[in-house]
Amino acid sequence: MTRRFSKTPTVDRRRFLTRALQATGFLLLAGCDSLSRSDWFPQLLGKTENASEKVQRLLSPRQAMAKEFTPDDLSPVFPANGTSNPESEAYQALAKNGFADWKLEIGGLVHDPASFSLDELRAFPSRTQITRHDCVEGWSAIAKWKGARLSALLERVRPLPSARYVVFHCADPDEDGQPYYESIDFEDAHHPQTILAYEINDTALPIQHGAPIRLRVERQLGYKQAKYLMQIELVESVESIAGGRGGYWEDRGYEWYAGI
Amino acid sequence: MHVYRHTWPVRLGHWLNLLCLFVLIMSGLQIFNAHPALYWGDRSDRDRPFLSMRAVITESGERRGITTVWGHPFDTTGVLGYSSGMRRGFPSWATLPGPQWLAMGRRWHLFFAWIFVVNGLLFWLYALFSRHFWKDLVPKWNDLRHIGRDLWRHLTFHHPTGEEARHYNVMQKMAYTGIVFGIGPLIVLTGLSMSPAFDAAFPWLPDLFGGRQSARTVHFLACFAFVGFAVVHLVMVATTGLVNNLRSMVTGWFVIEQGGGTDDAQVFQDPNG
Repeated sequence: MTRRFSKTPTVDRRRFLTRALQATGFLLLAGCDSLSRSDWFPQLLGKTENASEKVQRLLSPRQAMAKEFTPDDLSPVFPANGTSNPESEAYQALAKNGFADWKLEIGGLVHDPASFSLDELRAFPSRTQITRHDCVEGWSAIAKWKGARLSALLERVRPLPSARYVVFHCADPDEDGQPYYESIDFEDAHHPQTILAYEINDTALPIQHGAPIRLRVERQLGYKQAKYLMQIELVESVESIAGGRGGYWEDRGYEWYAGI
Repeated sequence: MHVYRHTWPVRLGHWLNLLCLFVLIMSGLQIFNAHPALYWGDRSDRDRPFLSMRAVITESGERRGITTVWGHPFDTTGVLGYSSGMRRGFPSWATLPGPQWLAMGRRWHLFFAWIFVVNGLLFWLYALFSRHFWKDLVPKWNDLRHIGRDLWRHLTFHHPTGEEARHYNVMQKMAYTGIVFGIGPLIVLTGLSMSPAFDAAFPWLPDLFGGRQSARTVHFLACFAFVGFAVVHLVMVATTGLVNNLRSMVTGWFVIEQGGGTDDAQVFQDPNG
């Protein structure tokens, strides 16, 4: 029985194959990395973000609720990611007297711009939920959040018909002075689990978790859960804000639709 | 004797899969590197990972990469945990892009995931409707009876010739059905379980795997099932007639050697036969 390739490869052939594989691998990787640094290729890759968003929103009922857990499921330690203590003088001054002078401004495309103190926010209809926080890095942590329903606040300030996005401006600038901000659409803004949280695990929100107020928008990744909220702005388009992609991390290549 | 072994949808799907797996595995490792640890359950308790890759500084000031599995530490310096002077899970030659760049890794991954899924679904439809699935892929009772013999033949690199080589043997059938109808859907479903939006719509999905972090761990293990499959597949392709195998997956035509003789008399078969 003749068998053409049954001989064990000689050392030379093996060395040649290994080198050829290494060279091919190197060229492929270098090619992929230069594609990553081009303008057009990441944009092409980003197109599927729209596909993922559309398909997920098609499959998922508008008011589908994120799973809620029991007190037994709480993470022993809830990690503080990103900024854990904003350095700006204005924020430090607010923190010094327990945010008694802090006010959340809501403006932009609304009939009745307003600002609310922490006590006033606590008087709004609230919601308490034990939910899972999914970081884009891959880890998850479970905590109990209590906060004012964003839909109730929006009802109070009465959005104009042209308003399409709710933008959250935060108190934490990065090392280059770029402030953190985030934006969500009206569908998520009116979702019952979307709250401005002032409590985590039954205690006032500590500074590392975004005191005095942090956004919770439970069907999206962790970077959407903006901390240190200072101002809420209703806009028709996010293009004129900072990098124009609707959020701090979005301006750095992450997806605005942070559902996956 | 020449036989038309692979129809064009199978060939196209095969090479698309190669591209997708290459990109998905390497961009997946890039994403993993953003938090190089795995857990069981719904949450990540940092003190109880199932697997973790860390860089530690020894008493002499040296940096070592330590991979811990079920509490057992292994020194993996240069490959896992610490490589090329950097603290990172998998080394830069294994990730896409090479440098730490999570946002770009996600773009590659989520783009090629779509191609992988659509390609896989089309293959499923094709295999079911063309009877490729029942005819060629599903192990039959007759195959399973000879499983011991076939396993021994594989381990000793004795492969069927002549009439027997016209069909997949039982090891091939099990490997292909296992990958296409087992590990394939498993890696897609565990991937979707990591999506908070998808979980809100289908809360039973992550629960199926024991929670989001379990799903992430299973996703990672399924990835290495693909890697294992690819390694065995490549060894088999190389040892059972590299050129013949490659040609059959490019042109469709596969040469079968007649037992005991040379194959000078080439019998061309009807491609649809």
